[in-house]
Amino acid sequence: MLAYLVKRVFQAVAVMLVISVVGFAIQDNLGDPLRELVGVSVSEETRQQLRDELGLNDSFVVQYLRFLGNALHGDLGTSYFFKEPALEVILKKMPATLELVFGATFIIIGLSVPLGVYTAIKPNTILARLIMGLSIVGISIPVFLTAILMIFVFAVNLGWFPSYGRGELAHVFGYWDTNFATVDGVMHILLPSVALASIMLPLFVRLIRAEMMEVLQSEYVKFAKAKGIRPWRIYFVHALKNTLLPVITVGGVQIGTMVAYTILTETVFQWPGMGFMFLEAVNRVDTPLIVAYLIVVGFIFVVTNTIVDLIYGLVNPTVNLARMGA
Amino acid sequence: MSLLSVRDLTVKFAMRSETVTALDQISFDLGKGERLGIVGESGAGKSITGFSLMNLLSRPGYIDKGKILFGGEDIVQLSEARMRNIRGNRMAMIFQDPMVTLNPVLTIGQQMVETLMAHRKLSRVEAEHISVLKLREVYIPSPEERMGQYPHELSGGMRQRIIIAIALLLDPELIIADEPTTALDVTIQADIMELLLELCQSNKVGLILITHDLGVVSQMTERTLVMYAGRIIEAGPTREIINDPQHPYTQGLINALPQQTLPGHRLKQIPGNMPSLTAIPQGCPFNPRCEYATDVCRRVLPETVHFGQVEVACHEVSRLHGSANEEQSA
Amino acid sequence: MSTLSTNGLTESRWTRIWNSKMGYSFRSNPVAVVSLAIFLIIAIGAIFAPLIAPFDPYDPAQIDIMNSEYPPLWVDGADPQFIIGTDDQGRDLWSTILYGTRLSLMIGICAVALQAVLGISIGLLAGYVGGRLDSLLMRFADIQLSFSTLMVAIIFLAVTQAMFGSETFNQYAIYFLIAVIGVAEWPQYARTVRATVLAEKKKEYVDSARVLGFGPMRIMVRHILPNSLSPIFVISTVQVANAIISEASLSFLGLGMPPSQPSLGSLISSGFDYIFSGSWWITAIPGVVLVVLVLVINLLGDWMRDVLNPKLYKG
Repeated sequence: MLAYLVKRVFQAVAVMLVISVVGFAIQDNLGDPLRELVGVSVSEETRQQLRDELGLNDSFVVQYLRFLGNALHGDLGTSYFFKEPALEVILKKMPATLELVFGATFIIIGLSVPLGVYTAIKPNTILARLIMGLSIVGISIPVFLTAILMIFVFAVNLGWFPSYGRGELAHVFGYWDTNFATVDGVMHILLPSVALASIMLPLFVRLIRAEMMEVLQSEYVKFAKAKGIRPWRIYFVHALKNTLLPVITVGGVQIGTMVAYTILTETVFQWPGMGFMFLEAVNRVDTPLIVAYLIVVGFIFVVTNTIVDLIYGLVNPTVNLARMGA
Repeated sequence: MSLLSVRDLTVKFAMRSETVTALDQISFDLGKGERLGIVGESGAGKSITGFSLMNLLSRPGYIDKGKILFGGEDIVQLSEARMRNIRGNRMAMIFQDPMVTLNPVLTIGQQMVETLMAHRKLSRVEAEHISVLKLREVYIPSPEERMGQYPHELSGGMRQRIIIAIALLLDPELIIADEPTTALDVTIQADIMELLLELCQSNKVGLILITHDLGVVSQMTERTLVMYAGRIIEAGPTREIINDPQHPYTQGLINALPQQTLPGHRLKQIPGNMPSLTAIPQGCPFNPRCEYATDVCRRVLPETVHFGQVEVACHEVSRLHGSANEEQSA
Repeated sequence: MSTLSTNGLTESRWTRIWNSKMGYSFRSNPVAVVSLAIFLIIAIGAIFAPLIAPFDPYDPAQIDIMNSEYPPLWVDGADPQFIIGTDDQGRDLWSTILYGTRLSLMIGICAVALQAVLGISIGLLAGYVGGRLDSLLMRFADIQLSFSTLMVAIIFLAVTQAMFGSETFNQYAIYFLIAVIGVAEWPQYARTVRATVLAEKKKEYVDSARVLGFGPMRIMVRHILPNSLSPIFVISTVQVANAIISEASLSFLGLGMPPSQPSLGSLISSGFDYIFSGSWWITAIPGVVLVVLVLVINLLGDWMRDVLNPKLYKG
């Protein structure tokens, strides 16, 4: 177990290092920090002096190590636009994005398991065929188009929901602004969450259905039937647990994908999260913020993937974590 | 009264383009505590017979006609809920491959306890207690410890013992064992068979042993059915069938046994293969492989005839037997 | 000589497939037939866009800003010149959609071709050579797969755009898109091909080919690759659908095709600003075309998966 953990963490650190090199390479090549700092009205002499002072004339390796050292202390540079530490800017925007991801995940988990199980155990019913038909349509509509459609129908035409922003927020835990405390907040987060969930949900329904159907053909399910076990227990205890193992692995990757989709959803709904901020930073060529976003998102990916791998190892009794480490 | 009485059981498979008959009007009886062997090559319909008795045929298979009287009730007509009460409780099944029969994500204890609790009003503690006792009965060392283990932590032989313990949990009247040792190491096959025999005898449990191995049948069972292409072609006391097989197919099976072959000689195999269910020949299904086949065999399906203590479905049986007698007298 | 005989072999194999299971299943599946028909219509429209389109949306001389936001013919205030209206810049929407579909389809197919070439080569290499190289490549594939393609593409394109400036970026946008979508998804192919290679490597015919003195390249291309064809087929269909969605998403974010050379995604994006003012068609019509295109490809992929039933790599 420990060996596996160490190996997995080691790999995570290696990936983070690669990301930091990419981040630094971007920082090094994109924009001129001096101009952002002092403007264009300074003489060439002073500029050279400043470059020396800031260490901009050092070798790539030295500069990278300095960058890495700062990053490890949580210093990812200062945003040109906000004039604030980039990491702080991102952390301020992060709750909005995480709440969106949370809302979508809630919808996905809540619906995909029952729908996937139902379509697997009653594949020939009209309802199951309808669900499968809708799921392939769902997969074929890009997230941003779903988002636009929902704004057009529910916000513009019907006027049931607001079309942009986070609405009324409640301040919790001292620093976290939440949408889930007020009615207005929930109304604001509903459409974006559904839009974000719209492409993952059918994907998961199909995945769960396919895995479940395979498991239901297995010998151990037949044996459970031969033991006289009730159908619900066969479906939800014998089959579902085996179904969810591969789903967990895919789910881990999809969490990362969902972060990417937040950029699209946030753009359409003008949701003040990290993704929206990132696109603004790109338009303003706010290099430190771009690099900080890259590193934060990379970190989220690496951490979720590592955690998912560990959970998989813990949930699946046939994976011997100690052996995998060797 | 017999425990099990199968009458004209016909099972069909609805394939996309056609419907094939997998079991064709098979009938047999099994007394209380009696042990019956079903032998034949793979594809003869042995396993389908086993699953039909549990009413567990999976699609596209279905029981087309016939009765399966178990304790006087026709289980073909039973509701799913009442059938569930019988499965695992009064009639249990042991599957072929112990490596895939137990659920990989549930512990041995969970898989035993759930079986008990599905049929009896028991507390978890009581169910666990009974489970441990049964594990001990099948000679599982330190059974308390096994209860918390997952299948993959145990060897194949150990798993098959556990499956036997699960089958015996509720003291069933009948156990259907479908090739229970084919997937195991040769060295432990005999152990498992011996255990099964011992438990059936001491608990007076009826046994239907499905196998392709006539040697096993001769040690384990009192009566034997020989199946070919979805039909019973010979049935009777095991001793009779082994010592004096009537049907040319059964004779072929016995001649193919290694014990019947002199050292240094090739095994005598029956030429050809069993026909697929979609292409069963006209007349006697065995006729293309039979050295005695006549025109009648190629046209007319043979009826079952009584011949001494056995029943045989063969046109030529009396002639064959007659010639055998002549040889003896000569 | 040998080329001739192989050609004959593949040809007869194709006719055999067509006449047997696959052909039968296709003919008896209305969804597959309709999907293929719609796909062909869209594809022909895209390929022959310059011939079919009444206007050239890339020619500034044919665009008049005064014509902007005309609705489709069936809505009040339409101009009979423009069947389904005009966009915000006064371009004929019908022509622009034809050209946009052409771009979307081309980027999707080229990107998948790139994925396939990369993935198949790497998969063959990893599976055939095995050992350390194999585990290194597959570890790399694992890590790459754990990053979402879209995320990598967004960051790559955003940085590229910021680095080169919009003008240069827009000029080469199509190549950037193909490259980034193409490079990001190679592991899909590599894993499947590798799995097939590992399975086929054990079989006798590969040994006999080796004994006959055929080199590894020839064994892989002639003997192993044909056995990976059906999973590659199924993956490719799904991947083209995904690539078209990715391209549309990137263009929607302003990180793909520029408004002057719009793909379906950029058209939807430019129309989105006008959705509140009532000019829904600029977004809706290209949106419908995009969804229908992706949907029929996905339906064909589903059908193919059912018929070919390949062993796809799961994980």
